[in-house]
Amino acid sequence: MLRFIVRRLLQAIPTLLILSILVFAWLRLLPGGPAGALLGDKATPEKIADLNRVLGLDQPIFVQYFKFLGRILTGDFGSSLASGQPVLSEIGFALPATIELSVGALIIAVGLGIPFGYLAARFRAGILDNAVIIVTLVGVAVPVFFLGYFLQDNFAELLGLPSSGRQSSGLDATHVTGFAVLDGVLTQEWDAAWDAIEHLILPAIALATIPLAVIVRITRASVLDVLNEDFIRTAQSKGLRQPTIRRRHVLRNALLPVATTIGLQTGLLLGGAVLTEKVFNIRGIGYLLAEGIERRDYPRLQALILLGAVVYVVVNMLVDISYGIIDPRVRVR
Amino acid sequence: MKSKKDKLDDLAAASAGRSLSGEAFRRMARSPVAITGAVITGLFVLLAIFAPLIAPKDPYERSMQGSVQLGKGIIPGPMPGYPLGVDDFGRDLLSRLLVGAQQTLVVGVMATLIGLAAGILIGGTAGAVGGWVDTVLMRFVDVLLSVPSLLLAISVAALAAKPNQWTVIIAVSIVTVPVFARLLRGAMLAQRSSDHVLAATSLGVKRRTIVLRHMLPNALGPVIVQATLTLATSIIEAASLSFLGLGDPDPSRAEWGLMLGNASSKFLDIRPELAYYPAIAIIIVALGFTLLGESMREALDPKNRR
Amino acid sequence: MLQTRVARTRRIALIGLAGALAVSMTACATSDRDAGGGGGTGGTMVFGTVGNPKMFDPAFTDEGETYRVTRQILDTLVQNKAGTAELEPSLAEKWAPSNDGKTWTFNLKQGVKFSDGTVFDAAAVCANFDRWYNMKGAAAQSQMIYYGDVFEGFAHNEGKATGDPVYKSCEAKDPATAVLNLTKAKGAFPAAFTLPAFAMQSPTAMKKYDADKVTQSGDSFTYSDYAYKYVSGTGPFKLEGWDQGKGEITMVRNDQSAVKAKLDKLIFKVIPDENARKQALKAGDIQGYDYPAPADYGLLRNDKNQVLIRPSFSVLYLGINQKNNPKLADVRVRQALAYGVNRAQFSQSKLAEGSEPATEFVPKAIAGYTDDVTKYPYDPAKAKDLLAQAGASNLTLKFYYPTEVTRPYMPNPADTFTAISEDLRKIGVTIEPVAKPWNGGYKDDVQQAGKQDIHLLGWTGDYNDAGNFVGTFFGRKKTEFGFDNADLFKALGDADAAAAGEAHTKAYQEANKKIMEYVPAVPVAYPTSALVVSEKVKGITPSPLTDERFSTATVN
Repeated sequence: MLRFIVRRLLQAIPTLLILSILVFAWLRLLPGGPAGALLGDKATPEKIADLNRVLGLDQPIFVQYFKFLGRILTGDFGSSLASGQPVLSEIGFALPATIELSVGALIIAVGLGIPFGYLAARFRAGILDNAVIIVTLVGVAVPVFFLGYFLQDNFAELLGLPSSGRQSSGLDATHVTGFAVLDGVLTQEWDAAWDAIEHLILPAIALATIPLAVIVRITRASVLDVLNEDFIRTAQSKGLRQPTIRRRHVLRNALLPVATTIGLQTGLLLGGAVLTEKVFNIRGIGYLLAEGIERRDYPRLQALILLGAVVYVVVNMLVDISYGIIDPRVRVR
Repeated sequence: MKSKKDKLDDLAAASAGRSLSGEAFRRMARSPVAITGAVITGLFVLLAIFAPLIAPKDPYERSMQGSVQLGKGIIPGPMPGYPLGVDDFGRDLLSRLLVGAQQTLVVGVMATLIGLAAGILIGGTAGAVGGWVDTVLMRFVDVLLSVPSLLLAISVAALAAKPNQWTVIIAVSIVTVPVFARLLRGAMLAQRSSDHVLAATSLGVKRRTIVLRHMLPNALGPVIVQATLTLATSIIEAASLSFLGLGDPDPSRAEWGLMLGNASSKFLDIRPELAYYPAIAIIIVALGFTLLGESMREALDPKNRR
Repeated sequence: MLQTRVARTRRIALIGLAGALAVSMTACATSDRDAGGGGGTGGTMVFGTVGNPKMFDPAFTDEGETYRVTRQILDTLVQNKAGTAELEPSLAEKWAPSNDGKTWTFNLKQGVKFSDGTVFDAAAVCANFDRWYNMKGAAAQSQMIYYGDVFEGFAHNEGKATGDPVYKSCEAKDPATAVLNLTKAKGAFPAAFTLPAFAMQSPTAMKKYDADKVTQSGDSFTYSDYAYKYVSGTGPFKLEGWDQGKGEITMVRNDQSAVKAKLDKLIFKVIPDENARKQALKAGDIQGYDYPAPADYGLLRNDKNQVLIRPSFSVLYLGINQKNNPKLADVRVRQALAYGVNRAQFSQSKLAEGSEPATEFVPKAIAGYTDDVTKYPYDPAKAKDLLAQAGASNLTLKFYYPTEVTRPYMPNPADTFTAISEDLRKIGVTIEPVAKPWNGGYKDDVQQAGKQDIHLLGWTGDYNDAGNFVGTFFGRKKTEFGFDNADLFKALGDADAAAAGEAHTKAYQEANKKIMEYVPAVPVAYPTSALVVSEKVKGITPSPLTDERFSTATVN
């Protein structure tokens, strides 16, 4: 087993190295450069040349790469050109915001998706089923950013909900973990926690539509599949009471594929987060990414992509390893 | 673990070898969902083709520019000759929406076609050749598949040194490449072991002929399903790119995604219609393609063949 | 008012627990929730801004978001009178040049203290000038953009962009008199003394926190703690904290200051998305914000907000590169372009209230503007005629415009491009559009490579000096415009050297006339921007230089 894990770890190294080269090359290929971004309107060719020299951008590309590699290996991802802050601390501030938003969206998607999916399957081809199908299909067809603006413009005032940021400005909340809601709970500053939750509602709804639609659909399909299974018929013929069958057999078996889907959707939320965070002014990872691209913030983009890749590789590795534990056959290959 | 790639493989395997004609088609003709989807899609395509003829005005003519005063928050609403009012350049909104159908269809279709072509090339090669080529290509495809599609599109669009209207199309199409590649490979693999291919092989038919004559055409069912669904997502993703400022840098083109992207951040308060109309149009069309695609998928699904 | 509900010890225990649980790398910036406000009654104002500052030492940047903060916490020797670009005393009660313009004497205000408690006097002034002049390190020098521009060089230049220094020495004659010796006279003075980059900071605090340390970090720079936390000046506010997670910069009243702020607390909240700023104002989360969308002015007013329009200090122009397309070297073709752009309609339909079509390259608020220049009112027939005369009836022009950018002088480049290109098509010019990302090739192509025939650019002034506009544009041979006109270069050179005051103004008026005869580019508009505040806010004057001071603001 240990050998298997070590082998997987070693396999990850070349992947990450190649990726670091690709990222480095990609960002150097983009026209313009850090010097232009740093100097703004007052850039003259002389000033840019000076700055390139200071930054070592006039050195051969492979020298630059090895310096870059050396830095990131020691955990120094540099400072953002857009904000001037160390990139890692920026990401540190942004990550909780994105996680909080994603969790909020998932709570909505799962909380509504599973019951509605289940009900749609149970009353298949009924009014509810059709309504659920149509609503989810429309949900997928609405561009996320438009939905965000729509909610902001039409519901924020109506429901008395804040429509931008993570917390009200006047609120002098204590920071502990960076998760606004969690902080409020931990320090028992209930007003702060509630304030943070209020800020999450609209963006979470906007972000939740697509996963909600997917979860509803998968739940429905999966419940239908299970209802057709032999063991349900067996249970029925055994004379078990319907509610018992539903709870014990149908739901439990149907939720397995749903759980997998939820896992997959979590990763995909980041795409939607780019749009939602921009509309609702939440300084999360998606926001950093969008701003980074717009302003050609090389250090920030490098860090985001590389760290994202590390997370991806690690998660994949963990999945492989857990499969290896569950199913010994995998280890052999 | 049922990931995106497994689902694609399922779709490929389930429907391989059966064309859309026959039984599946009859089943679709009875389904109200399919009919709704087909009607919406049909109308949209007709509109797209004849839009320039229907449009009452030139969608690019800034005929009412003089009465637009952004500094005072004035964008004129409906008035004689301009049933839906004008946009922020004083251009007839109705004509822009009509002609927009064409441009939007072009974006959707081109993005899908480019993605499809590249996908066929990669997936077809992988499926037909197999071996290490298959392994390498699919490893690459799986990595692309695992990146959230919008992020991938953003990265590609941001790469453009000279952004133009193709930037969006290409960015959106690249997202669809791995989808088609995976799908086609799955279908081809399912084909390889099917009876008629085995028969052809034993008859000594050349490999190239088998691939082109027998395997590819029979793999097209799931590809068409996926292409229909992809059209919908492409249109939505193109709108998202426009919103992020990575779209066509010339905002004057009458394309729904561009119109929505431009208007939703700027004019939602003074003239929400500028955003709402294209949004509604996009939603309806995306819905149409999705309904059609989903019902085709269901019709092809062997599980429903009882 | 928020009250502390948790006993301190209990909270500390909880923080410890949570810290152990923390997943993120967030620093534990624990702020006290205890008292709100320290006795004053001015209240708190939260103002929405558009971007993050990098740090708060104005010497090392030219960025508006840093200046927005330092304008509240630091003072300059001379300042702009609120709402104008005219000079008025600040830390210097009086200032005067010698006859040759090489010596400036400042009579300083007495009894002023920096927020760290040290005294402001002539020695402190000289310490600031010496700090800039003697700055070491290529990284630090490369970031002193305004110092490099105005004072032209350092004691030891570490880069090639700087040359012979203008600064010679500074003497503290007595605590109230500082004398600045220069190596040559410069038209930029005294207006340049108003630049936020030249604000006075406490020498003691700068030494204590190692303010001059600038380190390269990857492709960017990091500064000492001074620049992030301890910037110390004589301004009406002092920096209290910067909450990065929330994007909030908090300042409190500086009780040491000579000018007392009316507010207890001032918070700048960063909200980059324009619509999100508007929503935040609607929700009462902020009491005002910068850069409302021009189209929203009316609605904002309907909601009883006040839209404060800044007098224009910007010019947007359609650049012409004579080198790239020989046809453009013919003055008739350039005149045709000038006649062919419907500037009045563009300003009215696409720009913010208060914006005006431009007739020359300096806005009206600048000394040197004159109404007496050759004007080119919209006349497509005449434009076509001129093109025909020049044998350029089927002219094709490569029109460069930037994407992914807005600038005060160019609020919406793509819209501007659309409007102008349609106008030019109408006079028979074929347009080949080339869009380039601002930081991704546009400036390189236009200003360094000169690949364009025509292009969009502009300028927002830093201080009241026409040379800051026309001198920068047309004072020498530049790739951007690709022409060589010795007469024009000389006129601008003479104007810059003219003694401050009347002569200076006159010389620039003459130069402006020459420019508009030659039409090296087409001035398009003088765009304005604005800030919006709720009806409760009083006492903020919009400034052409975005030099709004919040010391006079009140919220009730």
